[in-house]
Amino acid sequence: MPVTTIAGRDIHVDDEGFLTTYDEWDPDLAEQLAAQIGIELTDAHRKAIDFLRADYATQGETANLRRVSTLGGIPTKELFTLFPKKPAKKMAYIAGLPKPHGCV
Amino acid sequence: MRRLLVVGAGTAGTMVVNKLRHRLAPDQWLISVVEPSDTHFYQPGYLFLPFGAYTPEQVTRPTRPLITDGVDLVYGEVDRVAADRNRVLLTDGRELPYDYLVIATGVTPRPDQTPGMLDGGQWRERIFDFYTYDGALALARALDRFEGGRLVVHITDVPIKCPVAPLEFAFLADAYFRRRGIRDRVELVYATPLPGAFTKPVASARLGSMLDDRKIAVEADFLAERIDGTTLVSYDEREIPFDLLVTVPLNMGADYVARSGLGNELNLVPVDRHTMLAKGHDDIFALGDANDIPTSKAGSVAHFAVEVFIDNFLEYAAGRPMTGSFDGHANCFVESGDGRALLIDFNYDTEPLPGSYPVPTLGPFRLLDEAAVNHWGKLAFRWMYWHVLLPGRPIPLPAHMSMAGKNIPTPQE
Ligand SMILES: Cc1cc2nc3c(=O)[nH]c(=O)nc-3n(C[C@H](O)[C@H](O)[C@H](O)COP(=O)(O)OP(=O)(O)OC[C@H]3O[C@@H](n4cnc5c(N)ncnc54)[C@H](O)[C@@H]3O)c2cc1C
Repeated sequence: MPVTTIAGRDIHVDDEGFLTTYDEWDPDLAEQLAAQIGIELTDAHRKAIDFLRADYATQGETANLRRVSTLGGIPTKELFTLFPKKPAKKMAYIAGLPKPHGCV
Repeated sequence: MRRLLVVGAGTAGTMVVNKLRHRLAPDQWLISVVEPSDTHFYQPGYLFLPFGAYTPEQVTRPTRPLITDGVDLVYGEVDRVAADRNRVLLTDGRELPYDYLVIATGVTPRPDQTPGMLDGGQWRERIFDFYTYDGALALARALDRFEGGRLVVHITDVPIKCPVAPLEFAFLADAYFRRRGIRDRVELVYATPLPGAFTKPVASARLGSMLDDRKIAVEADFLAERIDGTTLVSYDEREIPFDLLVTVPLNMGADYVARSGLGNELNLVPVDRHTMLAKGHDDIFALGDANDIPTSKAGSVAHFAVEVFIDNFLEYAAGRPMTGSFDGHANCFVESGDGRALLIDFNYDTEPLPGSYPVPTLGPFRLLDEAAVNHWGKLAFRWMYWHVLLPGRPIPLPAHMSMAGKNIPTPQE
């Protein structure tokens, strides 16, 4: 697993830059990760990220968009506005979680 | 008497009751299965109905004779599971008690979940599905009439059953229009919420280039928000107008699963992915498409998982730990048109890879490679389904995936 340095900290990531260690994430790091993909976090972003982190802790898998909209209460349309183009992937990246695997 | 109750006599439910009837003593175990339909449908055959390659009779059989003697077949529809009381309530008011419950009610296409799909006036006029028997037959008539224009093959969201079926439909449509001599008048588009033709890289690249070869345009990362008349509109405001839309609507588990508090956001039952035991319930299992395991929703998966489940259940019911562990094994034939098909074989950990199956180098089936033998394998499967699989006879294929015969591509490839 590659190690990268973000904001002076060593972080474990996979080949695509997704964090591989749940506990290496914190809200400050999220700001840095978001900035790297051109997103400035607002409370609306943070709400989605927090849902994703909490859901992962119980499910062991990164939630898909439908789950974030039905259980997290954030409409899919809004997710596309907050995290343009590839919301599921971008949310997971900022939340420090594995890339959601599209089901086979 | 102990009671095993199975809900749904589709692929998984039928195999479970037929196999377990031979393994559980009739004087100790009452086995029942609840099913509303007196017809059993061979769903993989739906792919061929729109092209007139199968007749309706080839994909249907009466339900009753498919269920082994000694199994109580209850015609009815489940309204709710009262898990706290170990009872299943039917819509007609009957109540069935159980000691162990197996949920095997699969998933169904839900066009009602996408605004404009069912209620926009185009359903079965210009919008069709082939994931239902009626839909596949209606589509056959529409294809017959189709003389040219833009045909869009579309997946609403994942997971869907048989995730390769829409690809197969696109390949078969290309071959069908060529055969009719009007391929140059048809524009084929494949719209998918996935980033490419398939989820896993090796197969996605292979299947993607097959779409390119056939001049089927791919619209990737396309998540449809609604349908406006005859235009598909995505959440990021991309628009795809169509003359004929062949859509795979959102696939969801049965509503009673949600009403019973047993489902996730798609009414799928969360289970342990190795034993199929429902999370939070020690007397409920969910088999086949009805559960949330991260592998394909396919009859082959149902079959391999049931094989593991049967031995596990005997141990479990005897108060011993379950020693079998399902690995997510799936294998699917992928029709590619003109009498050829590919085969993919994979599990939770290993993506579909090239090679041969089931015997290394000898095959006879070729993995991730178009070959006539694979097509014959797919056609032969219908016979196997009715005569070997559903009756629960042993099939000489291992339930667990094997790496024998698989070639792991080097990164350059
Ligand atoms: C077009 C198409 C092509 C396919 N091709 C392939 C293929 O090539 N290979 C492959 O392996 N798989 C294929 N599949 C997938 C395969 O058909 C399914 O994965 C398989 O049928 C799943 O079995 P199941 O028992 O979980 O569900 P099903 O077989 O769908 O059975 C569910 C049963 O539950 C019953 N039921 C539903 N609700 C209730 C209720 N409330 N109360 C009581 N009963 C209820 C239904 O009537 C039904 O009989 C294909 C599917 C489709 C649609």
